[in-house]
Amino acid sequence: MNCTLKRDADMNEVTNGASKSKRISKKPQYSRFTQQELPAWKPILTPGWVITSFLAIAFLFIPIGLVSLFASERVVEIVYRYDQDCVPEMYRGNVTAYIQNSLTNKTCIENITVPKRMDPPIFVYYQLDNFYQNHRRYVKSRSDKQLRSAAYEFSTKECEPEARLNKSRVSVPIVPCGLIAWSLFNDTYNLIMKDKVLDINKKGIAWKSDTKVKFGSNVYPKNFQSNDLIGGGKLNESIPLSEQEDLIVWMRTAALPTFRKLYGKINTSLEAHDTITVVLENNYNTYSFGGQKKLVLSTTSWIGGKNDFLGIAYLTVGGICLFMALNFILLYVFKPRPLGDPSYLSWNRKAVN
Amino acid sequence: MATQSSANSQNKKKNNKGKVKWSNLYTFSCFRPPPRLAEVGQPGFIRVVFCNDPGKHRTKPYKYCSNDVTTTKYNVITFLPKSLFEQFRRVANLYFLLVAVLSVTSLAPFSPLSLIAPLVFVVGISMLKEGVEDWHRFIQDLEVNSRKVKVHIGDGKFVDRPWKVLRVGDVVKVNKNDYFPCDLLLLSSSYEDGVCYVETMNLDGETNLKIKRCLECTLRFDEDIKFSKLKAVVKCEDPNSSLYTFVGNLEFGDEDELNSSYSLFPLSNSQFLLRDSKLRNTDYVYGVVVFTGRDTKVVRNSMKSPSKRSRIERKMDYVIYVLFFMLLLISLIASVGSVQYTDQEQTVEQWWYLQLMYDTDASFDPRKPFVSGFLQFLRALILYGYLIPISLYVSIEVVKFLQAMLINNDQQLFDEMSGKSVEARTSNLNEELGQVEMILTDKTGTLTCNQMEFRKCSIEGISYGGDVNEIVRAASQRMNIDIESYRFNLDGDESVSTPRDSVEMVEISSDQINESKNSILDGEHDVKNLGATGIKGFNFRDKRLMNKMWVHGSNVWDMMMFFRVMALCHTGIPVENEEQSGSHKLKYEAESPEEVTFLIAAQEFGFQFCRRTQSSMFVKEIDPSASEVEREYKLLNLLEFSSSRKRMSVIIRDEFGQIFLFCKGADNIIFDRLGDGGRTYQHATTLHLANYAEDGLRTMVFAYKKIKDSEYEEWSSSFSKAKAIIGPEREELLENVSENIEKDLVLLGAVAVDDKLQDGVTECIDKLAQAGLRIWLLTGDKKETAVNIGFACSLLRHDMHMFHLSLSRDVESKNQLKAMKDDILNQIKASYQVTTNENTKEDPFALVVDGKALEIALTNDIKDDFLQLAVNCASVICCRVSPKQKALITRLVKKYTGKMTLAIGDGANDVGMIQEADIGIGISGMEGMQAVMASDFSMPQFRFLERLLIVHGHWCYKRISKMILYFVYKNIVFGLTLFYYELYSRFSGDVLYDGWYMVMFNLFLTSLPVISLGVLEQDVSSDICLQFPALYQQGQKGIFFSWKQIIGWMGNGILTSLVISILNVYILSPSAFRKGGQVVDIAHLGVTTYTTIVWTVNCQIVLIITHFTWIQHIFIWGSIFSWYIFLLFYGALPYSKREYKLLVEAVGPAPMYWIVVLLVVVISLLPYFIYMVIQRSFYPMDDLVIQEMKHGRKVVVDDEMWLREKKSSRKATHIGVSARVDAKILYLKDQLHKKRMFIIKSTTNSPIRRSITINTLENRD
Repeated sequence: MNCTLKRDADMNEVTNGASKSKRISKKPQYSRFTQQELPAWKPILTPGWVITSFLAIAFLFIPIGLVSLFASERVVEIVYRYDQDCVPEMYRGNVTAYIQNSLTNKTCIENITVPKRMDPPIFVYYQLDNFYQNHRRYVKSRSDKQLRSAAYEFSTKECEPEARLNKSRVSVPIVPCGLIAWSLFNDTYNLIMKDKVLDINKKGIAWKSDTKVKFGSNVYPKNFQSNDLIGGGKLNESIPLSEQEDLIVWMRTAALPTFRKLYGKINTSLEAHDTITVVLENNYNTYSFGGQKKLVLSTTSWIGGKNDFLGIAYLTVGGICLFMALNFILLYVFKPRPLGDPSYLSWNRKAVN
Repeated sequence: MATQSSANSQNKKKNNKGKVKWSNLYTFSCFRPPPRLAEVGQPGFIRVVFCNDPGKHRTKPYKYCSNDVTTTKYNVITFLPKSLFEQFRRVANLYFLLVAVLSVTSLAPFSPLSLIAPLVFVVGISMLKEGVEDWHRFIQDLEVNSRKVKVHIGDGKFVDRPWKVLRVGDVVKVNKNDYFPCDLLLLSSSYEDGVCYVETMNLDGETNLKIKRCLECTLRFDEDIKFSKLKAVVKCEDPNSSLYTFVGNLEFGDEDELNSSYSLFPLSNSQFLLRDSKLRNTDYVYGVVVFTGRDTKVVRNSMKSPSKRSRIERKMDYVIYVLFFMLLLISLIASVGSVQYTDQEQTVEQWWYLQLMYDTDASFDPRKPFVSGFLQFLRALILYGYLIPISLYVSIEVVKFLQAMLINNDQQLFDEMSGKSVEARTSNLNEELGQVEMILTDKTGTLTCNQMEFRKCSIEGISYGGDVNEIVRAASQRMNIDIESYRFNLDGDESVSTPRDSVEMVEISSDQINESKNSILDGEHDVKNLGATGIKGFNFRDKRLMNKMWVHGSNVWDMMMFFRVMALCHTGIPVENEEQSGSHKLKYEAESPEEVTFLIAAQEFGFQFCRRTQSSMFVKEIDPSASEVEREYKLLNLLEFSSSRKRMSVIIRDEFGQIFLFCKGADNIIFDRLGDGGRTYQHATTLHLANYAEDGLRTMVFAYKKIKDSEYEEWSSSFSKAKAIIGPEREELLENVSENIEKDLVLLGAVAVDDKLQDGVTECIDKLAQAGLRIWLLTGDKKETAVNIGFACSLLRHDMHMFHLSLSRDVESKNQLKAMKDDILNQIKASYQVTTNENTKEDPFALVVDGKALEIALTNDIKDDFLQLAVNCASVICCRVSPKQKALITRLVKKYTGKMTLAIGDGANDVGMIQEADIGIGISGMEGMQAVMASDFSMPQFRFLERLLIVHGHWCYKRISKMILYFVYKNIVFGLTLFYYELYSRFSGDVLYDGWYMVMFNLFLTSLPVISLGVLEQDVSSDICLQFPALYQQGQKGIFFSWKQIIGWMGNGILTSLVISILNVYILSPSAFRKGGQVVDIAHLGVTTYTTIVWTVNCQIVLIITHFTWIQHIFIWGSIFSWYIFLLFYGALPYSKREYKLLVEAVGPAPMYWIVVLLVVVISLLPYFIYMVIQRSFYPMDDLVIQEMKHGRKVVVDDEMWLREKKSSRKATHIGVSARVDAKILYLKDQLHKKRMFIIKSTTNSPIRRSITINTLENRD
């Protein structure tokens, strides 16, 4: 017994004696956080909550769906695919040769009909298909620095292979450099209605931040498209980049292989059944990779262009939620599960089985 | 204080004590068969120790290792390479390293820093943790290694030296209560005959002191100065791990006759002192160092501490493999796709705007499509690495650290007594606490506080010290209500015919209740009184015996004989009570703690054992006249206690010349030896013994016998003859001779001693059992003690089928492995059949195994049978288990059952088990720090296990599971949207999002909510966790991190990512998204998609979390808000590229942006929400129902349903107090029913047989 007695004595000594103050300090301090007793909201998914939340979603989504569907309905959109029609009969067998031959006549005249009255502003887009502006090699191939300021003319590192040009054995930078600029879209559209040329305003189609900041007003195109290999459109070397809005729009690379880009705006209204004659220069080569080219005229609403999908999606979700809500209401009316019904506890269930 | 004064009194007591030659008291001295000398010098027995000449051990071949023990894993030089190697053994880390290396190349889609920094963080944190832990170990080692011990430096001078400089051959002097610094050979002790007492609790958990005895030849070296002349050589076995054997011999020559006579003495285990055991009851010993440092048996028994990983984490590895497979798959798809597009011959012409032939990028080189494909593959591996988020590891580290902090700071896990708190020593295993199914516990110091108390006694067939145990009390209290209604029924049925009988029937219980109420009060008094008088080891209160009241009893003679047995039949000696020198109360020291409690109790009853000389014992007695006299009893013989005899006797001659034999021992042994005239009280005593035993009290029966002089003379001579024999048969002979005198005894009564349980152990075990945990008791102590404790803490009860697995005696003596195996196997098979038998299948079973049997049972070929049986038993108790066996059992149980095991213990003997178990817990109370150092959690008391497991374990398990699942979900959502964009960009590997978005995602925008989920989530509050232990089984079943859950969340992630990508693409393109006619470009699509992801994953976590404090709110909504803030700032930077003024100019003003986000977020969450609603409506989980129950009622505490469910939620279990109470109630009800039937009969028949009624009542016991 000695052993235990001694030990107790020792222990008492320790606990009563010197370390008394130490002991107090060792006790964990009380705080609601450390004791995990913070006041908390503990939501429970009661039938009420379930029905309310389904109904809430339904009552929020169905109106939004209707409104956006309505807005989409109001938008008038004319999509006209011209890449096939604009190739003369004789070249149909070898479209690539036709488009790459600079001597062939690329002009093409077609008629389109306005289905409904279109109020200005009417936006003119070109739509390309199967064109990968988001290809990594392509996307990277630009120099934001060079575009912003003339001082960075030589920062063309990222622009390969359209970076520099050997002009009389001196390496000079291409401005704007890179594949994106080099492959600038260069089909042109002229719209004629009732023998009058519809004025397509090509100003104000780019983002303000681009024209003001990202594209310098002191940067002028240099050595552009003067390589052996010619890609897309050429630029007027006397106009600063910040004013070349078609370039700016093009340089905003699209996210997906099918994309539209603004060509310009028409500020006159078009009546239903008006016939518009499109005189277009079919210059751009999408034939080699089988891409389509379309001309799009469209009005907008608050949700933008024509977009039925959004409204339908909203209506569908709203409908599903409404359906769920009704189901649950019926369920709770006819076969209610009392909240916290102990018969659902696993041990009670086991007993039943 | 105590030690100091004992040191003072040491000198003055020394002479006094030295007179007692202990060897004379012990008739069966520890002679074992002589060691196998022949083996010394053979392989395995070649160690040579030159005693007192350590200089010889400086050179080979006698150079042995130093006594410097290191337990550290690393040192300064090896730390970096070794720990780095450890870190990169994890597959995930290796992958991250690969990615980090690749990220420095041009392939990387984003900045290398964003990949390298988290890797450094994760690896750094883990290494730091390793380092700190190792540092603690180093400090511990340093402390141990620099402990001081007196070492002989020649010429009989002893000086203090640190442990670590000890060398083999050194002679050391160890003082009382010091640990032995290494394995020593005992040379002499402060006692004249060279015995010393050793406490080996650290080694095997036994509380009994062990006697060690030096050789006769070294006996005279008992003073410092004499050691200048000692010369001896020890030849012995090589270092090994067997704690209980030592083989060697001592070549010893006298200095005087140098070289002339070297005599050879055999050495055995009884001269061998082990490191980490403690010197007790002996002032000092001298010993020579035999094994040092790594060679010592203790160190050989210890194992390298394994690094543990939690099951969830291991399962997470598999999840990572699945994700890795997914990653490889999509990377492969990406690269194959890319090759497809670059490989075609016309590619260059077709995709003219890409100019693939010029200054070509290696990853799009049409001339080397396969190289390009490979590069694309590597890039994809990095890019889609979001599927395998390194941030998951970072977050888990952070969360676990915080969880551990919360555990450490829980005030309810703080022990006021010791001033210590539960401490998570490693944070790796928090969630394991919630999944434990098997607890392996040590006994001494873990369940018990290693204190004996005298509790009850039965003298002359009358029980003293309270009668009703707590079980009956609780049962009858609960029954009371039932009885009332029962009685009402009875009255109604039988109208007025039997009011008397029914009243009487109720009396059974109400009597007991009254009594028990009294005893409760008494008990309380006891406690208070104890506190006041401070009698340690004496928790007894009965007016009939206290304060000498017994002298007024009827049979004072037997009473006195009883007390005399108590005061005389022992091996103890009194020591002066330093604390209360004024009073006459003495303190005692004895070999076993029970004896001390008997002596204390005897003293309290008025029989104070006050002195012992070589041949006499002096007792201050109370005469029947109530006056005090001191009597001398001549001690004629002492027949020692041994485990086979299970009894101990003294033969004394009192002052009147009468010779008595006083005997105490186990009940069955004594009952067998009662004479015909000595069985008067046997029936009553047996009943009392059964009651005591059921309470888990350790019982002992007292008997005496008067011996005629002639008879004694005759016997004495044969005894002396037997004693004189030297040889192996001596012991047996002595036993036989003693048996001759120990017969025809007269029974006096029985005593019951309580091996005091720690506070709250019973309740804790009860709760744990209800939570579905199995508890195995593994102890080094002997079987009786272990079984007692089993009863005391309700692991056992009397209506259990108990299987005792032990070697039968004859098989054991033959010592043939084959026979032993067969024996055990047969026992196992027989028991197993009982457990599987249809009739008895539902009955509770218990298995008690002793160490020898266990050793056999754990051998390879029958261990499966053994475990099969053990698993079928409600409780398993293993006794006499060595540390190695503890570890072995743990390993086997873990492996065989596949269940999560937790080991808890307090001593060095538990270290192996603690390290081996999934979770090791060290009790940081009493003894040494070894167990704590090896443990994963440390706690001051066993009872904290309840809260640690059922509350913290439950929470941590749920938190970590939810957190990992959510993490997997969130990164699948994010990673796959990246991949889908690949399909739209011709597998070119373009990224939809800006590089900074990617960095921000796991760093800021989604990290804090998930951390708050991991730290603060609570499904139910802590008190409900405790009230519904069944909730714990959710963790045991692992339902929150099952593959179903994992696959489900992966599926949800894939679905969500699809919804997000597809909807964004189809809604936003190709028509204009603003009134101004602008169309989306990459930046717009990217920012919209990303916004929906941020919203979706953050709202998803809202659906997961059930417990919102302000912290969660701030983190979740703050994360979403900070995304916009980030966009604003990032957009305002003039050098940002595509993102310049994105929010302000482009998407912010567009209504489309906002309604797309709303639509996509709702659609992404809708499937999960519907699933959740249906699951909760039709298949709610327990925690949800309980939440609802709690929610529905404002005051739930007394709600009937609440209480009922609380009760029925307990797992059906056979162990624990509640189960025992239930069983008792069943039993009482049964009795009541029988009684009722009887009453009905007796009312119809003649009412003669009241006596029988009483009989049936009595039979109840």
